[in-house]
Amino acid sequence: MGEIKPATTTRVFEGGDQGFATTRLDAMLGWARKYSLFMYPFVTACCGMEFFSMTSPRYDVSRFGAEAPRFSPRQADLLWVVGTISQRQAPALKRIYEQMLDPKWVLAFGTCASCGGFYDNYTTLAGIDKIVPCDIYIPGCPPRPEAVFDGLLLLQDKIARGDRTPGVVKPREDPATAEGLVQLHTKIKAPA
Amino acid sequence: MEPIDQELEEGELELPSQPMSLNMGPSHPAMHGTVRIVMELSGETITKADVQIGYLHRGFEKMCERGNWTQVFPYVDRCNYASPMLNNVGFALAVEKLLGVTVPERCQYYRVVLGELARIADHLTSQGAMAMELGAFTPMLWFIKGREMIYDIMEEETGARLTHSFGRVGGMAKPPSDHFKPMVAQVLPRVLSILGEAEALLLQNRIFMDRLQGVGKISAADAIALGWTGPCLRATGVPYDVRKAHPYLVYDRLAFDIPVGQEGDNWDRFMVRIEEIRQSVRIIEQALEQMADQGPVNVDDPRIVLPPKDEVYSTIEGTIQHFKIVMEGIKVPAGEAYGYTEGCNGELGFYLVSDGSGTPYRVRIRPPCFAITAGLGGLVTGLMIPDVVPTFGSLNMIGGECDH
Amino acid sequence: MSRKLIEILKERFGAEVLETKSEHGDETAVVEARAWGKVAKFLREDPRCEMDMMVDLCAVDYPNREPRFEVVMHLHSIRLNHRLRLKARVGDSEGDHAELESVTSVWSGANWFERETFDMMGIVFTGHPDLRRILMYPEFVGHPLRKDYPADRIQPLVPFREGYEKLPPFDHFEGMSFGRQVFRSGKVD
Repeated sequence: MGEIKPATTTRVFEGGDQGFATTRLDAMLGWARKYSLFMYPFVTACCGMEFFSMTSPRYDVSRFGAEAPRFSPRQADLLWVVGTISQRQAPALKRIYEQMLDPKWVLAFGTCASCGGFYDNYTTLAGIDKIVPCDIYIPGCPPRPEAVFDGLLLLQDKIARGDRTPGVVKPREDPATAEGLVQLHTKIKAPA
Repeated sequence: MEPIDQELEEGELELPSQPMSLNMGPSHPAMHGTVRIVMELSGETITKADVQIGYLHRGFEKMCERGNWTQVFPYVDRCNYASPMLNNVGFALAVEKLLGVTVPERCQYYRVVLGELARIADHLTSQGAMAMELGAFTPMLWFIKGREMIYDIMEEETGARLTHSFGRVGGMAKPPSDHFKPMVAQVLPRVLSILGEAEALLLQNRIFMDRLQGVGKISAADAIALGWTGPCLRATGVPYDVRKAHPYLVYDRLAFDIPVGQEGDNWDRFMVRIEEIRQSVRIIEQALEQMADQGPVNVDDPRIVLPPKDEVYSTIEGTIQHFKIVMEGIKVPAGEAYGYTEGCNGELGFYLVSDGSGTPYRVRIRPPCFAITAGLGGLVTGLMIPDVVPTFGSLNMIGGECDH
Repeated sequence: MSRKLIEILKERFGAEVLETKSEHGDETAVVEARAWGKVAKFLREDPRCEMDMMVDLCAVDYPNREPRFEVVMHLHSIRLNHRLRLKARVGDSEGDHAELESVTSVWSGANWFERETFDMMGIVFTGHPDLRRILMYPEFVGHPLRKDYPADRIQPLVPFREGYEKLPPFDHFEGMSFGRQVFRSGKVD
């Protein structure tokens, strides 16, 4: 996390014991960041098909504010690593990650990006966290767009709280047995 | 703009230029994520292009040697992930060729319909992506909307939207559901109407036409020498389609046309694919009509097909059959075969070598877009950088298939 | 039919065609490695064969045999609608001296297929304009599809991160309970 050096002109807001005013600023920054994530779609494989579905009208990702793709890492906040990363592709991924500016987050979309999937062989990188720190892991081969949104919402929650611990999207309860599934709420509840 | 330190004659003003090397990819929006083109440029014109693939090499052929024949299906799904059912069907047909079995007719119709639906989904995705890379975002969204309807059908039938792993040697994993025919019948006219709307947007658009017509031309002789098959070859004027030349499954009973282009440029490849969607719809309609509602879907051979689940726990033959097939794999007799079908990009072939055990000795996938991408370097030489985008898009390189 | 192709080949090349067979509807001819280029050219140019498309070129590794590799080429004629599988055996038991003539001058599509066979199996195609790795990266050592290359030996390009903790796996009370294999003692339902 960042430290505050009084003599410098840059200030890193990462939360902590800075006092009331900074905490509110933190909350505001967190709110602003989480609803305006510019994505860098590092799309390689089959998960890309579900990525397209996610950005398309039915499963619209723009309602979460996370639609704007920026194909320059300098302008992006969230690195979506979509699909299998091979050993050959790894330097490119590391470079893109290093070129992104802070604050940045990494989302491993799919099982191959999270842990290599069923490609435990000479050519696949067994999970992108071997080369870049990863914030959210979304398992699935490929994950349904709804699971991806679970991950995105989880990430937004973490951004709001300033939490940098990694999270995994866990499978949801079977909707057929969930109680009170269709019920209008005035406040949005966190995912179960 | 006269350089001060050079002696120039009157009337001669030449700006010195050296070739510039530009790297497109491997992480690039128009490179479909996985191709790197190292170009030497003179101005904006490409003088040399080196297409480097292999960024999605996942060791498909090596992984196949580590499991059973049935365990290949998930791997093969992820080869051409835009039309996974065609890969499943292609591999199943290749193994069945080696085994010497033919699946029942109901299964053949089922495979045809699911395969053609996958073909429509692939064409929608690829042409939508190409249009989007040119700036036409709306047709992409409409095409994905149509693709979602196809995914709904696939989810109902196979349980998964994208990577179904639904094919099995000797049949399919499950018989068609009761909703199959009505769902497909409902979706087809909607897909056609989406196609019509997008065509109305694109085909008269001056920019779209200028960027595709006359760009990325290849002659039929060059295409054949490169090993091109599928829509890219048909766009050059060669009417070669595996479904007509070497009919498999029930394609010889279905009436459909093969769209063939003339110039071999991007425009023709685009139009061929759009027209193929219409022909696929025609095939599906006929197949649904001719498909029986009752009847077995799997071959009646206990050495190949898993028994029904209730027999596994109640009869001893069922238990043994299940055990042998799951633990040892399907025993394919020693030998080799090359089974080929019409995949989305062309002739999708599987060269299988078996040593008689349940584990494949060698599974070689002949990816249609490997041969097609081999021609990209030549196609792109002499074009300008922006022309690379529609040219590459119209070739429809699927990384999982090209790099297997 | 393709059967005539085998006869034409045998008639033209005689002893250099080592074996022929026809099974599962495919015609196969095994030729001597040194006749590879000649046979390929003949098949392309002879009007009775007219194999204008090279469909596939790959290799199979038989480590117990000598020669070790079998290079397999599938050919197809669009007009005459016949196919042939052409094979040649190269390589010693270590996998060295596996050389074959390149057919890039006959079919330009062979360029990438031969690069891939070189990359995966280590077969050198003499006369190839640009024989380098295509699917693996240039720093890779070895030929992965050979039977003696272990499937999980990785040669990473980027050093892996140290000192981070992997997340623990799910606990039994987390996530979905349906579809999970829960041990039930006693009878099977």
